[in-house]
Amino acid sequence: MLKINNLHASIDEKSILKGLNLEVKAGEVHAIMGPNGAGKSTLANIIAGKEDYEVTDGIIELNGEDISELAPEERAHNGVFLSFQYPVEIPGVSVTNFIKTAINETRKAKGLEDMPAKDMLKMIREKSELLEIDRKFLSRSLNEGFSGGEKKRNEIFQMAMLEPKLAILDETDSGLDIDALRIVANGVNKLKSKDNAVIVITHYQRLLDYIIPDFVHVLYDGKIVKSGDASLALELEAKGYDWIKQELV
Amino acid sequence: MELKEKILSSYVAFENGIDINSDVHEIRTQALETFEKLGFPTKKLEAWKYTSLNSVLKQDYSIFTNKGNAVEMADVKQYFIHDIDTYKVVFIDGKYSSFLSQTTHDTIDVCLMSSALNKAKYKPVIENYFNKVAKQDNLTSLNTAFATEGTYIHIPRNVEVEKPIQIINFTTGSEAATLVQPRNLIVVEENAHVQIIERNQSLTSNAVLSNIVTEVFADRNATVDYYKIQNDDENASLVDNTFVDQKSNSVVSVHTFSFGGNITRNNLNFYQNGEHIDSILKGITIIEGKQHVDHHTLVHHIEPNCESHQDYKGIFDDRSTGVFNGKVIVNKEAQKTNAYQQNNNVLISDKATINAKPQLEIFADDVKCSHGCTIGQLDTDALFYMQQRGIPIKEGKALLMYAFANTVLESVKIPEVKSRITKLIANKLGVNIGFDL
Repeated sequence: MLKINNLHASIDEKSILKGLNLEVKAGEVHAIMGPNGAGKSTLANIIAGKEDYEVTDGIIELNGEDISELAPEERAHNGVFLSFQYPVEIPGVSVTNFIKTAINETRKAKGLEDMPAKDMLKMIREKSELLEIDRKFLSRSLNEGFSGGEKKRNEIFQMAMLEPKLAILDETDSGLDIDALRIVANGVNKLKSKDNAVIVITHYQRLLDYIIPDFVHVLYDGKIVKSGDASLALELEAKGYDWIKQELV
Repeated sequence: MELKEKILSSYVAFENGIDINSDVHEIRTQALETFEKLGFPTKKLEAWKYTSLNSVLKQDYSIFTNKGNAVEMADVKQYFIHDIDTYKVVFIDGKYSSFLSQTTHDTIDVCLMSSALNKAKYKPVIENYFNKVAKQDNLTSLNTAFATEGTYIHIPRNVEVEKPIQIINFTTGSEAATLVQPRNLIVVEENAHVQIIERNQSLTSNAVLSNIVTEVFADRNATVDYYKIQNDDENASLVDNTFVDQKSNSVVSVHTFSFGGNITRNNLNFYQNGEHIDSILKGITIIEGKQHVDHHTLVHHIEPNCESHQDYKGIFDDRSTGVFNGKVIVNKEAQKTNAYQQNNNVLISDKATINAKPQLEIFADDVKCSHGCTIGQLDTDALFYMQQRGIPIKEGKALLMYAFANTVLESVKIPEVKSRITKLIANKLGVNIGFDL
């Protein structure tokens, strides 16, 4: 699914990723943990194609195709989804209208007709039930005046609607209370299949109690310095990151 | 011959066609003197520092258009809000078109200014209101000097007009360059309510200059919602002089949507002659090319306990230029005034310009006056968010601009006007997204 090899990237000439390798196969859930400033969000943004970063070396392949030259929307059309840590507010555009636009633009890019309104409504109904989202919520302006938890839940709702191949959840657990966390995690688990993959970026082990990863990676100073199974997350929770830093010395 | 000379020398001919022994004509000739003295505004005047009419005034305008072109409804239907029932007062090259209009004298008067100026039964209203709130400045005086035709609306007390009134001025290019000067008078009595939609539309690429004066009188408890749609041909220029006189507890809102034209100048003036008045001035400007839109607003808080709300959004592309000059005067007596002014601008291109100037003159000490003015670019993080969801950059920008202008749009009270404006915005931005933007 995703193959990253020797990725180097910088912003404003400050080097952030320094030779990162990562391979994610269909059907897998990977967690990326690491201290602040390690480059976790940078990695998410670079996979999604944010232009602020300069990729100086390395390759990013999605299903065997180099995507590093593609515009963010083209990557989205190819099945990349990034759940934002800070989703943007768009007054005057309802959640429903926004997601309709997103879906139909994606279909348009694939040479398909707009999704028939009936199918769209059915899908919206199903996915909002899955994420325990109130209908009234869907007619509100996108993210405007949403609580932190509502924003995150709305991100996962969009993910459910767009059915991406590769979903990257960037600190989706931050700002969520325990109930919202459970709902969001349940949603992600239900959307998981053998054909798609999920990368969970998080500071805390908490989310991984609900979304059980197949692999846990520690990102430190622009590189993945340690990988393991779900038990690594528990170890990190108990011991912090210092022991890893010391191992590296 | 310069336009000013041409105008002055044509006055005798103008007088041939009208009753020169009326009180109104007395007002006209005084206005002509004022115009003769002041001439056209130049950039030397503070109020015209950023807007030059030079290129517009160079045209060889016909002062009176006699040749009227016929206009078929099918050709102009798109300029009407046609999905709801409305009264319509329509002019073609300054001449009333009974064919396209739907006026009334049933309880309310929605008719012609020429009738109001000439018929005896309207005399008391004309005496009380005509040219009473209009400023005696250069272009208003020019309009007054030739004031003969336009829209006359009179809503008696306690009447809530059940459908909006559309005022539309078409120009057809029957002359190489056309000068039109509609004169509107709108009198809304106590506790009455009216909604007005105004549009000026050139149907030609010939030069057009419209110098319009509208006087609005809102008596106690009256409500007036006024929508101005400015989306004209690139050779059509507009000077819109609107003066609003408000009495206690009245609420008047004017929304100005400026999406095109050559040079557009809006002089929008509110005078609060009473207490507990609310004045609402809102606008969305979206222009490109070499277009120029200038909003000069004035809210004069004369008495205590009143409010004013201004919210102007501007989006400027290419080499377009914008001006926002928002003046708020709070008299010493106008305690407990709450005056709010917001002006936000987005420059899409490096070559676009906006001159923004809030001007507050506050003489009272117990007031709340706030103003905020921003000039910026589109938020690239927000754009990335859209793109990440599969929305291409052009459509993403359109959504962001729509979101930016939304605070103004959401206060539009006529749904059909709101959807028309959103369609115009979508057209303007060249997008067709999955819903009515």
